[in-house]
Amino acid sequence: MSSVKIELRQDQVDKIHSICDSFGNQEGELINVLHKCQSTFGYLPAEVQEVISEKMEMPAAKVYGVVTFYSFFTMIPKGKHPISICTGTACYVRGAETVLNEFKKQLEIEVGETCEDGIFSLSCLRCVGACGLAPVVQVGDKTYGRVAPDDVKGIIEAYTG
Amino acid sequence: MSKYSKNINKKQIRIALRNCGIIDPEIIEEYIARDGYHALGEVLTRQTPEETIELMKASGLRGRGGAGFPAGLKWDFARKNEADQKYVVCNADEGDPGAFMDRSILEGDPHSVLEAMAIVGRCIGSDMGYIYIRAEYPLAIARLKIAIEQAREYGLLGKDILGSGFNFDIDLKYGAGAFVCGEETALIHSMEGERGEPTLKPPFPAESGYMGKPTNVNNVETLANVPVIILKGAEWFSSIGTESSKGTKVFALAGKINNVGLIEVPMGTTLREVIFEIGGGIKDGKKFKAAQTGGPSGGCLTEKHLDTPIDYENLVANGSMMGSGGMIVMDEDDCMVSIARFYLDFTVEESCGKCAPCRIGNKRLHELLQRICEGKGEESDLVRLRNLGEVIKDTSLCGLGQSSPNPVLSTMDNFPEEYLSHVVDKKCTSGVCTDLLEYFIVEENCIGCTACARACPVGCISGERKEPHLINPDTCIKCGACMEKCKFDAVILK
Amino acid sequence: MSLVKLTIDGNKVEVPAGTTIYKAAKQLDIDIPILCYMDLKDLNIENKPGGCRICSVEVEGRRNLAPSCSTAVAEDMLVRTNSMRVINARRTVMELILSDHPKDCLSCAKAGNCDLQDMAVLLGIREIPGQEYAEMSTYRLDTSPSIIRDLDKCIMCRRCETMCNDFQTVGALHAVNRGFEAVVAPAFEMNLEHSPCTYCGQCVAVCPTGALTEVDHTGKVIAALNDPTKTVVVQTAPAVRAALGEEFGMEPGTRVTGQMVTALKQLGFDYVFDTDFAADLTIMEEGTELLGRLKRHLEGDESVQLPILTSCCPGWVNFFEYNYPDLKDVPSTARSPQQMFGAIAKTYFADKIEVDRKDMVVISIMPCLAKKYECQRDEFSVDGNPDVDFSISTRELAHLIKQANMDLNKLEEDDFDAPLGESSGAAVIFGATGGVIEAATRTAYELQTGKTLEKVDFKQLRGMEGIRSATVDFDGLDINIGIAHGLGNARKLLDEVKAGKSKYHAIEVMACPGGCIGGGGQPLHHGDASILKARTKAIYKEDEGKTIRKSHENPYILKLYDEFLGEPLSEKAHELLHTHYFDKRKKIFQV
Repeated sequence: MSSVKIELRQDQVDKIHSICDSFGNQEGELINVLHKCQSTFGYLPAEVQEVISEKMEMPAAKVYGVVTFYSFFTMIPKGKHPISICTGTACYVRGAETVLNEFKKQLEIEVGETCEDGIFSLSCLRCVGACGLAPVVQVGDKTYGRVAPDDVKGIIEAYTG
Repeated sequence: MSKYSKNINKKQIRIALRNCGIIDPEIIEEYIARDGYHALGEVLTRQTPEETIELMKASGLRGRGGAGFPAGLKWDFARKNEADQKYVVCNADEGDPGAFMDRSILEGDPHSVLEAMAIVGRCIGSDMGYIYIRAEYPLAIARLKIAIEQAREYGLLGKDILGSGFNFDIDLKYGAGAFVCGEETALIHSMEGERGEPTLKPPFPAESGYMGKPTNVNNVETLANVPVIILKGAEWFSSIGTESSKGTKVFALAGKINNVGLIEVPMGTTLREVIFEIGGGIKDGKKFKAAQTGGPSGGCLTEKHLDTPIDYENLVANGSMMGSGGMIVMDEDDCMVSIARFYLDFTVEESCGKCAPCRIGNKRLHELLQRICEGKGEESDLVRLRNLGEVIKDTSLCGLGQSSPNPVLSTMDNFPEEYLSHVVDKKCTSGVCTDLLEYFIVEENCIGCTACARACPVGCISGERKEPHLINPDTCIKCGACMEKCKFDAVILK
Repeated sequence: MSLVKLTIDGNKVEVPAGTTIYKAAKQLDIDIPILCYMDLKDLNIENKPGGCRICSVEVEGRRNLAPSCSTAVAEDMLVRTNSMRVINARRTVMELILSDHPKDCLSCAKAGNCDLQDMAVLLGIREIPGQEYAEMSTYRLDTSPSIIRDLDKCIMCRRCETMCNDFQTVGALHAVNRGFEAVVAPAFEMNLEHSPCTYCGQCVAVCPTGALTEVDHTGKVIAALNDPTKTVVVQTAPAVRAALGEEFGMEPGTRVTGQMVTALKQLGFDYVFDTDFAADLTIMEEGTELLGRLKRHLEGDESVQLPILTSCCPGWVNFFEYNYPDLKDVPSTARSPQQMFGAIAKTYFADKIEVDRKDMVVISIMPCLAKKYECQRDEFSVDGNPDVDFSISTRELAHLIKQANMDLNKLEEDDFDAPLGESSGAAVIFGATGGVIEAATRTAYELQTGKTLEKVDFKQLRGMEGIRSATVDFDGLDINIGIAHGLGNARKLLDEVKAGKSKYHAIEVMACPGGCIGGGGQPLHHGDASILKARTKAIYKEDEGKTIRKSHENPYILKLYDEFLGEPLSEKAHELLHTHYFDKRKKIFQV
């Protein structure tokens, strides 16, 4: 679970309620509700899940069980510049792993983590459909192709320099 | 660059991809102009559902998402199960890392999928369809929404379509990143807002699927074939392909190959044609080693399979499978043990955890492979790998676990010597497994400055001053100090 | 239903269509090993995730092995349950399961009573290949007042999840995470204390391994008995005597009341009393409360809360405090028998024997794990000294007796001590679903009508149906009674109450299947629900054998009112025997 306990403001609670309402508070719409909430808050902290569980009258354990099943949902806030390394097969055979290791080394975080200053977060994704550019790295909306470990430093500096 | 292969030569026939890159996917008129929604009209006005299903059966179209179940037969099951409500589901949860044909179709020709879903709805007696799509495909989602809206405006979705009295509408459901949701029971649980854990079949979705109602699930590429088959006829479609596998297949060609991208070839095309004619051969003139089909569920084909016609049966017979159509080409620089480990890494991450063989077994397979790549493997590990792999296939609950050992078993079958050299000689001939590399001094480059020998903490470098030095691999601890010190690039890893 | 013919291991068998291979094999006396599968037939609970794959069998013509627990038979099917392919697969899967399971069997609470251990023995597992480098999934240990969760030992059979959600509708536990990290846990993997858990213990009752066990207080019992400054008083719940014998190899349903008393005396308890005494007291208070509410209702008082709900079951109390805090005025305010006993023992009885309450240790033996939590509630203590010091389960008592080199089979029978050991038949049946309300009916009828009941057996209130209802004629006044066992069933009745649509005057709720006889602290039934029926029979048998069968005729109860309490619902009775309820919803997730 998220390490930082947060206090939701009333308007945030209202927002969650209205999202739940927009899906009729139907249990079957839980995943849609979670998608909307994650795009609103950037992540799904326990406190948000609790509100959803109460509003939709389902056990919080179930909400958490669903959140932790899907890799798209995260309980950790993403960095300002989320870095995603494609580890699809095409990128892998063209060296994505060495690029990923270089990012881990430079940022001193593991996959799924966010830097302490909140600037970068690191994640892997599977195939962005740009196999011709393998290996591929995305920073926010920007895509970098044919990335070599030596390029990593430059990519990071482009956002911190 | 285009995501479609540059070399659209005569080996390719575009059926599923017929409109991709040709029409503007956000303009329904362009789709209609290329016979779009004519098949739906045909089905609604000139055919009974039974006739349409017979036509599909006769065409021989099989599911393009994995196992290759005959589409017409599937529809027939769903049709025959009486219920007050039935559902049509399009599986667009493309999860194979290295395959993106479904996304391309949804982005390039969304109406073909909508039209096909309406046709399925008509055939099985359903008025509601859902597209279960990865949330990671924002462009495809946006185009689908536009397409659905336009189809409704044209009366091609909604109530009383084309005045036939047939009602059908489509909505989107979003996946959230779980490869196992490609399995249809898991997909249905996910649509219902649950964890995407598979359940045992029977009951099949055709009996009890979404919300407990009869449900027909087809994947995107399968559906994209449907309107053309209706218009051009079963005979035309079944004239393409092999005895058991009709029509074409889209492959996502990637890896160490000159022309990467989507290709669509008739079933029965050989691997040689795909790689050397369409794909333009191996990159940098290297030697072809293997092609992995079927992604993490598949296996590899090698030189000896180059002239085997690619179809469902031949792939399975050779330890692989069609899967969704990823085709990753590997050259002499690729280590097949690490490739197997890579796929297992994926499977371990994507296993839902419900059944023991998949949850724990794949983890153990991965650990064994990891050890072999690190030079800690023993010959007995190979026996264990095989037994474990076979038991996981034999006992896992769903398709994910039943196929997850394929990459290991197939590389073991095709490259036994690579496994042996990893565990017996502790060598990785392709040089990928860095733990198995040894520090080595190139005689020609070494001037005998002794810097390396002085830096070596264990004193394993010997040699006279101004003479080439030598590293004793038995005592070397692979710290790399020598390499760092050498100014003449004489120390290398090999 | 049509019949299907098939062959299993060369034997032909004919079974109804839809039967599973596992059940068809059973007809041939072929026991296919199972691990995750659980079928509690009488309770309509089936856990069939097809997860462990231990029960895999070979079916001719099928590509892979079939899980026999969930694969239906087909005409002319050829099944092999013992081919070498099957046996190899079964052993390999078992090795996998064990490779992710701690090997501390020596000190595991489940040792000797563990389905996983039994399976390892059956399959002859001697080593786990690659164990030295196999990563294990590990989780934080969670200790609550009642239940310990040691999820390193979880094998993902999902039985607890089924009980907690499908049967109890408590929703404290759910499968979380994915793949190798997948496990069953409360929301945010917090401790049970911060979940809606009611401590009913049904998860513990079905857990095949040591992943879910009770908090063991046997060490505390030994310490108390070993302390010469303490007067140690023990009370035993009615359901214990109907099940304890099972731990000593006796047939389910064997009553061991007298032997249990002997064992407790030999263990060194100073006073061996019966919770049944307090059950009679409960009836006096709760019955009077019911009649009071009824009288006001009949007089047209619309503020009166009807139906009245029983409040003996602590799992049930926890359930409504969390799920129906707005209805917390509806249940009877009467404390449970355990707590009434403690309150009387540490006042009335302590005074009688002239012992300070601080020097008295009251221990309860309960079929229940929620009782461990209940006796720790703040409202049941005086200046930090709890009325009941701690509670141990039937299973823990069996351990203690065995440790003391006693075999229940060989012990003579003895009687409970007086005065808190005397009870009526009405009190004994508290142990079975419907028993409390039947006991209340026996007393309330006579108090209301002033007539003597000719027939005290209200058979219409008994049975194993999840929800039962009956109308009892109180001499021209029809009293509608509802009974639920299992919290999922209780929820249905509560929802009616909440909607103002309940037709009942009184409702009895027990959290566990079959009532206390199926409690979370009872000897494990290992999936055999027929054991619960046998225990129920034993309970009613004991009732039949009693000379006094109505609570208000228990002479010691009458004496207690006479000497100490005055009358039911008196001020003193309120202080010692009644309680109030809390809104627990707010407390959840508060760390």
